[in-house]
Amino acid sequence: MLTSGIPMEAFLVVSTVMFFAGVYGFLTRRNLITILMSVELILNSVNINFLVFNRFLYPNHLQGHFFSLFIIAIAAAEAAVAIAIIINIYRHFNTINVENVDKMKH
Amino acid sequence: MEITVHQLMFGLFSALILVFSVLTVTTRRILRAATFLLLVLVSTAGLYFMLSYEFMAAVQLTLYAGGIVVLIIFSILLTSHISQKFEPVGWKKAYFSALAAVAGAILCITSILQHQFQATTQAAQEVDMKLIGRSMLSTDRDGYVLPFEVISILLLAAMVGSIVVAKRKKLKE
Amino acid sequence: MSGFSYTVLIPIIPLLMFLFLGLTGHKMKPAIAGLIGTTGLFISTIVSYFTAYQYFFVSGKVEGVYQKIIAFNTVWLKLSDKLHIDLGVLLDPISVMMLVVITTVSLMVHIYSNGYMKGERGFHRFFAFLSLFSFSMLGLVLATNIFQMYIFWELVGVSSFLLISFYYEKPSAIKAGKKAFIVTRFADLGFLLGILLLSYFTETFDFVTLTTPGAPMIAQAAGVTFMGFSVVSIALVLIFMGGAGKSAMFPLHIWLPDAMEGPTPVSALIHAATMVVAGVYLVARMFPVFALTAPDALTVVAYVGGFSSLFAAVIACTQNDIKRVLAYSTMSQIGYMMLALGVSGYGGHDGLGFMASNFHLFTHAMFKALLFLGAGSIIHAVHSNLMTEMGGLRKYLPITHITFLIACLTIAGVPFLSGFFSKDEILTAAYHHNKILFFVEYAVAGLTAFYMFRLYFNIFWGEERHYHHTPHESPLVMTIPLMFLAVASIFAGYIPFSSLVTSDGAPFEAHIEMPIAAASVGIGLLGIIIAWFMYKKPKAAPDKMASTFKHLYKWSYNKFYMDEVYLFVTKKIIFAYISRPVAWFDRHIVDATMNGFAWAANYASFHIRDLQSGQLQKYAFVFISSVIVLALSFVYFFMN
Repeated sequence: MLTSGIPMEAFLVVSTVMFFAGVYGFLTRRNLITILMSVELILNSVNINFLVFNRFLYPNHLQGHFFSLFIIAIAAAEAAVAIAIIINIYRHFNTINVENVDKMKH
Repeated sequence: MEITVHQLMFGLFSALILVFSVLTVTTRRILRAATFLLLVLVSTAGLYFMLSYEFMAAVQLTLYAGGIVVLIIFSILLTSHISQKFEPVGWKKAYFSALAAVAGAILCITSILQHQFQATTQAAQEVDMKLIGRSMLSTDRDGYVLPFEVISILLLAAMVGSIVVAKRKKLKE
Repeated sequence: MSGFSYTVLIPIIPLLMFLFLGLTGHKMKPAIAGLIGTTGLFISTIVSYFTAYQYFFVSGKVEGVYQKIIAFNTVWLKLSDKLHIDLGVLLDPISVMMLVVITTVSLMVHIYSNGYMKGERGFHRFFAFLSLFSFSMLGLVLATNIFQMYIFWELVGVSSFLLISFYYEKPSAIKAGKKAFIVTRFADLGFLLGILLLSYFTETFDFVTLTTPGAPMIAQAAGVTFMGFSVVSIALVLIFMGGAGKSAMFPLHIWLPDAMEGPTPVSALIHAATMVVAGVYLVARMFPVFALTAPDALTVVAYVGGFSSLFAAVIACTQNDIKRVLAYSTMSQIGYMMLALGVSGYGGHDGLGFMASNFHLFTHAMFKALLFLGAGSIIHAVHSNLMTEMGGLRKYLPITHITFLIACLTIAGVPFLSGFFSKDEILTAAYHHNKILFFVEYAVAGLTAFYMFRLYFNIFWGEERHYHHTPHESPLVMTIPLMFLAVASIFAGYIPFSSLVTSDGAPFEAHIEMPIAAASVGIGLLGIIIAWFMYKKPKAAPDKMASTFKHLYKWSYNKFYMDEVYLFVTKKIIFAYISRPVAWFDRHIVDATMNGFAWAANYASFHIRDLQSGQLQKYAFVFISSVIVLALSFVYFFMN
């Protein structure tokens, strides 16, 4: 077993830190792309949690595994759409600074 | 107490993740942020290997590291100058956001450490490609064919949607 | 349900006509709209004649007593097992008689209006309203319970309002409509209170239950007293207040003369023959309750009726507007009917007054409608309402002249015409009950003859005036109703009312008491002769009379200043001392409170507006910190 000797909590702490790093980024960043990156961090930390729980608590099931698999798929879709929107916004406003983008209709 | 090679590996990956995830959200150069993100994601894939979810690790590498990060870098190149530096975040905003993040982190970590997780005695299941493929397309109780199909439609919709959104409008007033 | 369920058609047909004409009338030619309305009412008339025949001569009588028949009934509004409001059709002698009266007069008015209203704007609207009125009035008389009656009562009021203000571009018509509506509404308040009071104590709305002699709930309710009067008496007086409002009894009569602003056929239908007698009908409908449990309420009815009839007759002698003369005459005649009810007893020969009242209602409807339609014909020819602008018209309007004369003779009580019989029964009933009222009525009979012939001589005889164009007789469509009604006025007196419409349904023998009849004929003829001397040829006598009794004349001419009294009471007292302070309170306390709330909300929102910055990250920050605070508080409160 590759995880022998490593407590489950260690993984969870790592993912928590990653999560709140993402939150911090989400709150402070102005650039839309970096905000998107923060969101990716958050999603990724969630994935770690799913897999860790699956491995340590229910090793003969696969729910967590598949859940994170689907999360990755959705993250990919979300990133694609978000970047399309960002590019569109850039075209309209000539900036992707979130504070300057305050009109939905142009 | 002796440190095993596994613990060493875990320490390495976690250190990478911790350092680079913080750097991702604090660096003032956007391309560096993307690079740090890439490193975080790769380290995460390492963690998956350690959990012996090899398939997930592979997906993480190809999709996240290979797909999403590349997409992000492309869009950075489309919208920003590489040498551009962000102005520093206002101290008030940084302070309060950091306060919220740290408070949340402490809250979560303390509750994680306090909680007694039930150690399992079940035998671990070998997660190989065959099993994943079966489950993915199975209609049994443990089958995932419905989410699988739904996600395929979602991906299609996302694809069409992003094309429509990003397309340059031809008829502009 | 007996064989009479088809009677429900009688009110339904005019309702359908109203809807049809009201919705589609503006698209058709006026003549066709008129024809449709008239045809609808014609069918109703036929059905009600058939009903009357069936009821009176075929199947209405059981063991010599006319029964109350519920021909149709449906629960309209069920509030509880005990309290439910029904809609239905009740047939008994008075309602069947009213059916005949209403449909006859209404039909005549419909036919007449085809000529009278020709070329008017809103021709179809007029017919739609006429149908609405006919529907409401028929529903009123057929009501099976007092609440249904109240509903139709209000509907009648509405259609009256609509028809009075038919010329809605004329300010005086609008004012008159409003006045009629407000005054009758005010009276109806009493009616409603009466209904509520009565039904609260008797626990029923139903007429049949209420009017069965010796009904236990009435007796039970009669035992309850309030301020020394039985609750039933109070309720009945209140109900009578509603009736007095509709029937223009003193002091709620002030709307009736003004209501003459409406088109003349409307005056004939609503303000002479049908709607204004609704009050009489109401008292007649509740008569057993009045007579058996609350004779004091009946006394009120008698005195109000007697006073109104005298009061109106005096005013009628001095008015110049022919329609106003007729309006006061109507009021006076309704006073007669009320008085007759007031002096009546219940059952057998004691119920003479009841019978006489309904008899007079019937004959009055005929000749008063005739008078109004005749007046309409005259106005149509002369284009004026004022007697002073008429004279010598007999040459130009032969048919109108003859029919008008017949009507005048009838109302004056000339023997062998219908008015003679009915008025005589009333006088007889009054004589045996209350001598004061008898003499009042006796005087009124003379006054009636006098003012009617004053009208007649002034219009048809006297000096010929200068007319804008030579007056000409009205078209046939207008004169046929006149002739029909004239015939009805002559012969209606021969209907044996005492064997048809009686207080308890059982026929009795009524005969004319010669001395009273002779006396009343005498005073009637006296009135006619005085009028003849004064007005047949232009003379100075009337003016001399007027200056001799200057004050009386002036008071009478100004209708005893009743309008001014009302104005004084409403404007100087109610408005100044009640309405103004209330309005002030409303504006400065109630409204101000509400405005204060609005201001506070506005102020607060203005100051918290900045929270809504539109910046995503601020929102996210608030969201996340709130979640953390919530989580912390949960941990703090629940984890220890």
